[in-house]
Amino acid sequence: MSNRLEVRNVSKRFSMGGVLSRRFVNAVDDASFTIDLDRPEIFTIIGESGSGKTTLARMILGLELPSSGEIGFAGKTVSHKVGRAERLDFMAKVQPVFQNPFEAFNPLKRIDRYLESTARRFLKLSERSELDRAMDGALQKVGLSLAEVRGRFPHEMSGGQLQRAAIARALIPNPPLLVADEPVSMVDASLRMSIVNLLRNLRDDLGVSVIYITHDLATAYYISNRLIIMQRGRIVEMGDARTVLDDPEHPYSRLLKASVLSTEDAGAGKLATDPAMVTLANELVGRPGSLQPRPDGRLVRIYEDAR
Amino acid sequence: MSMEDQRMTRDSKDLLKVEGLKAYYQMNYFGVQREVRAVDDITMTIRKNEVYGIAGESSSGKTSFIKVLAAAIRPPLRIIAGSVHYDFKSGPIEVTTATPAEIEAVRWRRLSYIMQGSMSVLNPVRRIGKTFEDFARQPLGLSGDAYKQRILGHLDRLKLPADVLAAYPHELSGGMRQRVTIGLATVCHPEFVIADEPTTALDVVVQKEVLALIREIQQEIGSSVVFVTHDMSVHANIADRVGIIYAGRLVEEGPTRQMFFAPKHPYTAHLVASLPRIGDTTQRPALEGRPPSLAEPPSGCRFHPRCPLAVDKCKTDVPPLQTVGPDHRTACWRWQDVKPLVAPQALHGVMA
Repeated sequence: MSNRLEVRNVSKRFSMGGVLSRRFVNAVDDASFTIDLDRPEIFTIIGESGSGKTTLARMILGLELPSSGEIGFAGKTVSHKVGRAERLDFMAKVQPVFQNPFEAFNPLKRIDRYLESTARRFLKLSERSELDRAMDGALQKVGLSLAEVRGRFPHEMSGGQLQRAAIARALIPNPPLLVADEPVSMVDASLRMSIVNLLRNLRDDLGVSVIYITHDLATAYYISNRLIIMQRGRIVEMGDARTVLDDPEHPYSRLLKASVLSTEDAGAGKLATDPAMVTLANELVGRPGSLQPRPDGRLVRIYEDAR
Repeated sequence: MSMEDQRMTRDSKDLLKVEGLKAYYQMNYFGVQREVRAVDDITMTIRKNEVYGIAGESSSGKTSFIKVLAAAIRPPLRIIAGSVHYDFKSGPIEVTTATPAEIEAVRWRRLSYIMQGSMSVLNPVRRIGKTFEDFARQPLGLSGDAYKQRILGHLDRLKLPADVLAAYPHELSGGMRQRVTIGLATVCHPEFVIADEPTTALDVVVQKEVLALIREIQQEIGSSVVFVTHDMSVHANIADRVGIIYAGRLVEEGPTRQMFFAPKHPYTAHLVASLPRIGDTTQRPALEGRPPSLAEPPSGCRFHPRCPLAVDKCKTDVPPLQTVGPDHRTACWRWQDVKPLVAPQALHGVMA
């Protein structure tokens, strides 16, 4: 029952400017959702830059405190300041994978040192053989091995391998949940699919839930179970990935889908976006409204002054 | 029809001819010599009034290649062999031997460049109007009202309001900034534009608008565009022809539609098949291995260590770029065995 991540009415407000010209930006506005870790799934957060998707992820990871609302994990609130031991315990269960693997690793540090310090800290291991076994186990899960990685610096590996190593590091404490912020956007085209397939295998074979943050609707459709679409800090549509993306209902979701570059009519040079769709979607920003359930199980934001 | 004949009939339509181009980075630090073969024997032509897409992953040499095309060759990058010949209205120019003055004469006016990061291209402490002056006043050779009319007319074409001229770069959104850089690159109506990942940093909605704009401007001023990006779905929508660069070599080139639906090189087949589609969740193949180092490229075909079709011949002999269809060339010994990895599907999920 309690083995779930609960995000309850979470908002984050940033203030900008000085004392006299202070403005507030609602980076995340009243977000709520639950991820049941006993039923592993890939939960996707879709949004453009400025939609608040990264802020939401940072709050889930505890890198940022919500302005209001709370985040609960396994029955405990984790979003306010907690003690060190409790924090470590939470960190062992929710692990991040960052966007750019070349920036996530210190170029002067060997990759295995990262893996080793994670194993020491979270698994409380100190024996050489135990450490090696933990590291090798995690690397095997992502299709690498300790022999390949040991002693190598980040620049000696390709972007795809490095991102795999980053995922392996995150897997060392056997977390039930990974938070992956745009894990493929900096990886080369030919290697991208191997990372996406890896996330899928983690869910199917190891039972790891993944919060997958992206702006790419096509990979979201490919791997996710459920998704939310965010527009300027607000969730505008939420539900089963296939249901939502096959037939998006909110004007902004429709606009996003229409903007995906299709390869089906390659060479035809179709690039027109209907300007009415853009206006319609942009008009809705900041209008009062709430998420309403639909018969097919999705939630859609409906605005008070009905259109 | 032989290659020679094809070239003859098309001659007047070609704007750029690259022949046997080899450009290496040659470094000599503390007596240690290092050579990186970034561009290794590329031959291609680019016609007037077309969009030519160049795809390749990072460290495939595509940036070095367009540096040569843009006549921005600086040591340690050196031209080892080959020629890069432009046939501009103002007269032909051979980039590999041209003097700096000759290149200066065509830069921006004939040969232009849209750069990647719009934030780092625009001077943050200079208003957009001033930047336009820096770029355009001298090459356009206009002054006073004529100059002003030209700039305003151009902004109108870019769908930018006239008051962006008074704005600083940080006051504009990413999409508007990218439109400004496109404006700067096209204000002199160049005959040849190089666009280096101009939409990579943009959001999906804005990306589509910017692509449509580039296409529109290209058609209005009738220039040729070389469009570089690693994103195949962008090529699908903007390019007339696509060329794939792998490890410093052109491995396949052909009309966009052919490249997507009937690729003749295993690498292209993988690139195309690895694109997921909305409405389709079949398992996508992933290509294993890593792009080779250009300092020590593999022998024979450079793709052979990752190629599912590789045979012994591929390890020793370099496959030549051979014509396999109209406008379609590939460098693969087994091109006849290359099949599309994912069957093309009927149109679905198209929204109004």
